[in-house]
Amino acid sequence: MSELIVDQLAVKVGGSQILSGVSLTVPGGEVHAVMGPNGAGKSTLSNAIMGRSGYEVTGGTITMDGQDMLALDTFERAQAGLFYVMQAPTEVPGVSMFDMLTASLSAQGTASTDLAATLSAEAAAIGFDVALLERSLNVDLSGGEKKRSETIQMSVLAPKVAIIDELDSGLDVDGLRTVAQRVEKLTNDGLGVLVITHFPRLLHELNADRVHVLAQGKIVTSGGPELAIELEQTGYGAYVEEETPEPKSGGLDDLFSM
Amino acid sequence: MNTPFSPERAAELGDAERRGSAAQLAATSGLPDTSSEAWRYSPVSDLNLDELRVVTGAPPAPPDAPQYVTEAIDSLQAAATVSVIDGFVVAVELADGWVAKGLSVESAAVKLAEPEEGPNLFDHLHAAFAPDGLVIKVPAEVEITDPIVIRSHLSEGAAGFTALKVHASAGSRVTVFEYQSSESGGLVVPMTQFHVEQAAKVNHVVIQDLATDSWQVGRVTSRVEEHATLSSAMIAFGGKYARIRTDSDLAGRGATGELVGAYFCDGDQIIDYRTFQQHIAPDTLSDLLFKGTVDDESGSVYTGMIHIHPDGAGSNAFQTNRNIKLGDEAWAWSVPNLEIENNEVRCSHASTVSPVDPDQRFYLHSRGVPPAVADRLIVAGFFEEALRRVSIPAAAQIARTLIAEKLDVRLEQP
Repeated sequence: MSELIVDQLAVKVGGSQILSGVSLTVPGGEVHAVMGPNGAGKSTLSNAIMGRSGYEVTGGTITMDGQDMLALDTFERAQAGLFYVMQAPTEVPGVSMFDMLTASLSAQGTASTDLAATLSAEAAAIGFDVALLERSLNVDLSGGEKKRSETIQMSVLAPKVAIIDELDSGLDVDGLRTVAQRVEKLTNDGLGVLVITHFPRLLHELNADRVHVLAQGKIVTSGGPELAIELEQTGYGAYVEEETPEPKSGGLDDLFSM
Repeated sequence: MNTPFSPERAAELGDAERRGSAAQLAATSGLPDTSSEAWRYSPVSDLNLDELRVVTGAPPAPPDAPQYVTEAIDSLQAAATVSVIDGFVVAVELADGWVAKGLSVESAAVKLAEPEEGPNLFDHLHAAFAPDGLVIKVPAEVEITDPIVIRSHLSEGAAGFTALKVHASAGSRVTVFEYQSSESGGLVVPMTQFHVEQAAKVNHVVIQDLATDSWQVGRVTSRVEEHATLSSAMIAFGGKYARIRTDSDLAGRGATGELVGAYFCDGDQIIDYRTFQQHIAPDTLSDLLFKGTVDDESGSVYTGMIHIHPDGAGSNAFQTNRNIKLGDEAWAWSVPNLEIENNEVRCSHASTVSPVDPDQRFYLHSRGVPPAVADRLIVAGFFEEALRRVSIPAAAQIARTLIAEKLDVRLEQP
């Protein structure tokens, strides 16, 4: 079984130290959640794991199955088995999902002759309009369609570990359930999931095995699924220093602004 | 200037008096002044007329076009196919069915309207050295559903002066597709005129696939009448310096001018477009989209002018030019302009010059697409917005192949 290990990761963005020693391990087949208030560094963690430029790793290591991820470019990390479901997937005009996945699979030497059929089946399984497969990536898609599109790509590329950033944004309750069921199926087949969210309800759908709270650039506490339930009731107040209050995080405002 | 373009050589084409005086004017006019706005950024002063070969008799048939071009053209079931070499119309094949409908496609003398800003060297040379051009006439209310296909070729080192005149009578419809190629070197001066009468529609698609050491300095002028539409696509890949100036007169109420451009230059090429959209009548629409990519040390020029005349109330004008700069040394000048003399209009213009979008790159990389392949996909995808507006799908397909060829060259570089 695969394993992603983040150890003492420190990351600067634009000269500011955002993460200062994040450690967590995501074994295959498990769902780990990183929760925390806005501005805690959750998206910095996912971007740093994927090696996005502008996210400067100043300390610590990221390894997957013993392989040093920090030594690899983004596309090599993806080819090694990392996948990143973005909070707001980028629009790529004129490039279809089919073209992109064909390029990705052929670069890995695993070009599939029936990719079109696979895509159609995956799309149908999670309620994504098959006609959208031919369209430009993420262009003119609703928030929910974008998340479905990301899920289809994840299913086709079959990664070892997926980082899923705010999966719920744009999905309605039914949509979230459908997508979560697809993720669960992948998890049963051995996929490790690192889900990034500030929204505890998502974890009911994804059945998180472990919950980590990220605040002030560090994991401040970890626990089982009961920690998410606790956060749902109490918010992040206990983990946030007084000088940086985030009154809206995890509160009702978020529920109704979706 | 003492050049091969003498009155004596011009006289070999007949009509010695008229051609001779045009050649005289050419000899005294000199190359255009690059300090003037219309020629800013142009390397035209590097043009060496002495190296060019004057052509006064019809040359032999051109070499075959690349297979994908031939196949695309063959797939079109043309209403007429025309072959032009060094400006000479050497073959016209017209389908019988369309002859019966009154379509006329023939070689004839083309009298060009004098440019408003006054003729320059290239206008004089054209007047002196252009043989008979191609004249297309579509009778009123006749819809020519098959395209007219023109293959225009420039032989090695030649100076070619081509003329095309399209007259679409009221209520008619016609589509003209031009594929331009060259052997190597030389200068081609294509002059094109459209007259689109009331409620007529003309589609025009040009693919410029000249050798990268050939020169092109051309002009397209059009007059679009009431409720008529001229839809043009200009797609350019070749030329050392390739310049087209378009003057589009939306002269009748409700006239529409659609103009799409796509260009990709590399090496030390310069591709240069100057567009002038004149909203002379009320309720006219101009919709312009130019997309370009510059690589290596190449450059592009786009300057556009939308002019809403005092009688242009109710007009809409959209002008967009977007460029991807692939090479560090590459450059793109993009200068959209508006001149508005009536305030009851809707106008927009946008212009960008930027490298490949880093977020798009990251997205593809995060899916395991290697960087060079990702850039290739993004750049090819960037052109799609323009290519989807090309009225002849087979022509858009040729353009995709040519874009892929340029990107393949890049991908193979270390």
